Amino acid sequence: MKLFDLRSMPDFGLNWLEGSGPDSDIVLSTRVRLARNLQGYPFSVRAKAADRAAVLATVREVLERSGQLTDGVIVEIDRLGPREQQMLLERHLVSRELVRRDSGEAPSSSALVASMQKPVGLMINEEDHLRLQSLTSGFSLRHTWQLVDSLDEDLGNELPYAFHHEFGHLTSCPTNCGTGLRASVLIHLPGLVLTKEIHKVLQGITQVGLTFRGLYGEGSEVVGNLFQVSNQTTLGKSEEDLVDHLHKIVGQVIEYERQARAVLLRDATNVIEDKVWRAYGLLRHARSLAFDEMMNLLSGVRLGLSLKLLPAPSVYVLNRIMIYAQNAHLEEASAGTLSSSELDIQRAFHVRQALAEADSSAASRAD
Amino acid sequence: MLCDHCGQNEAEVHLTQIVDNEMTTVHLCPACAAEKGLNAGTAAKNLPLSDFLAQMGKAALGEEEATLIGPCSYCHTTVDDFRRTGRLGCPHCYSVFETQLRAILRRIHGSTSHMGKVYVPPTSETAERSARLAGLRRKLQRAVEAEDFESAAVIRDQIREIEAAIDR
Repeated sequence: MKLFDLRSMPDFGLNWLEGSGPDSDIVLSTRVRLARNLQGYPFSVRAKAADRAAVLATVREVLERSGQLTDGVIVEIDRLGPREQQMLLERHLVSRELVRRDSGEAPSSSALVASMQKPVGLMINEEDHLRLQSLTSGFSLRHTWQLVDSLDEDLGNELPYAFHHEFGHLTSCPTNCGTGLRASVLIHLPGLVLTKEIHKVLQGITQVGLTFRGLYGEGSEVVGNLFQVSNQTTLGKSEEDLVDHLHKIVGQVIEYERQARAVLLRDATNVIEDKVWRAYGLLRHARSLAFDEMMNLLSGVRLGLSLKLLPAPSVYVLNRIMIYAQNAHLEEASAGTLSSSELDIQRAFHVRQALAEADSSAASRAD
Repeated sequence: MLCDHCGQNEAEVHLTQIVDNEMTTVHLCPACAAEKGLNAGTAAKNLPLSDFLAQMGKAALGEEEATLIGPCSYCHTTVDDFRRTGRLGCPHCYSVFETQLRAILRRIHGSTSHMGKVYVPPTSETAERSARLAGLRRKLQRAVEAEDFESAAVIRDQIREIEAAIDR
């Protein structure tokens, strides 16, 4: 395993942006994670620095020996500066918990391991000792689950997990015990929002044992019509049942979204067309963009693209903007700390550039 | 964005509620939020789960009883710690707080029984082998650092032998 260096791997962990998976005009990404703890150590909340170091060393040793993720990199969180940590967070590769700073210091011995070949890896010393995770492009729950499951099988053969005959895998928070599985789908629902059907759908989701959150997971707000739908419970059902249930319900939501878009296009063509092109025009020319504003405009462009009202850019370009026009990424690009108004100016600059590039490459293809 | 209530300070608390099928979002500054009984700091840190647990704990057993259970002899987590944070301290806590947990798990998941894959721990043979390998690797590292290449070669062969046994 190599040690991580963001500068030599600028696109690290961003395969899920490619916009290639099933239904990727509506579903941005699919994530599955498994929470696991090792026997013989207190959970992370109670762990002392020595416990955390021992957990990290044990897991590293097993990874190296078992040949798992040998193609990968290891990111030791406390070796990174605050900006790099924030960038990993903005890329959805680590959780807030992993890079949390209580006394100005990142928690010791926490790490991210990520394969360079496959979209799979794990966080070490998060809320639980291990959080095995996979993040893929589009709507592909079964495939994503299999990637994580296979890593879990291999690690479980070597590592003594804390497992209870009745309660299953034991986790720091009882909301995660049993399978320790959380599967989630990041889905773009402008059609349901515009037709005001979204509340019904969200309510329906919560009634069938699922839950929804904003772009950055627990406690985050919904921006840009992006919803993260995931299973609420982890105990009492098999992994396959949890994944299949989510798959079925999200499949229905995608269907509703497509119907809503068809209705909008049929009954309000001019309004939608105007909305989409205005969003594109603003992104293409604005000189200052707040993050939320940008996300809402990107939502309009994404919708236009999916309805074929706009010829360009691609989903990939939009996904990239969503990552690279976030604060830490903008600061990294301009190699300095930026005030909030400077950030908005840099953000608008980045978006203009990205869209102009996409435009000219589309034009050269047309020639 | 300015506070919806006072219209003077920057809004930092964003409360989304669903009332009568209508989703509304209110943006408040910390002072107005506190006035309305919303505390941003604790809301972000303590999940609703901890409130839920606090109530559960009180309902499930009287205050006196609660002090009789625990703390966990391994990690010293008390009923109070658990109620406050919503987090258990170690695998052993699941046995110490088993009765309370059973009620909580039923409320959260609608079940207390794991129906997923059954985990089979590594055999003691595997565990022992991995401990031996870890020890040998440390020894190898030290030998290399000390430039004692003769010993390093011997240790390397020992490691290879064990690894070959795993492959067979």
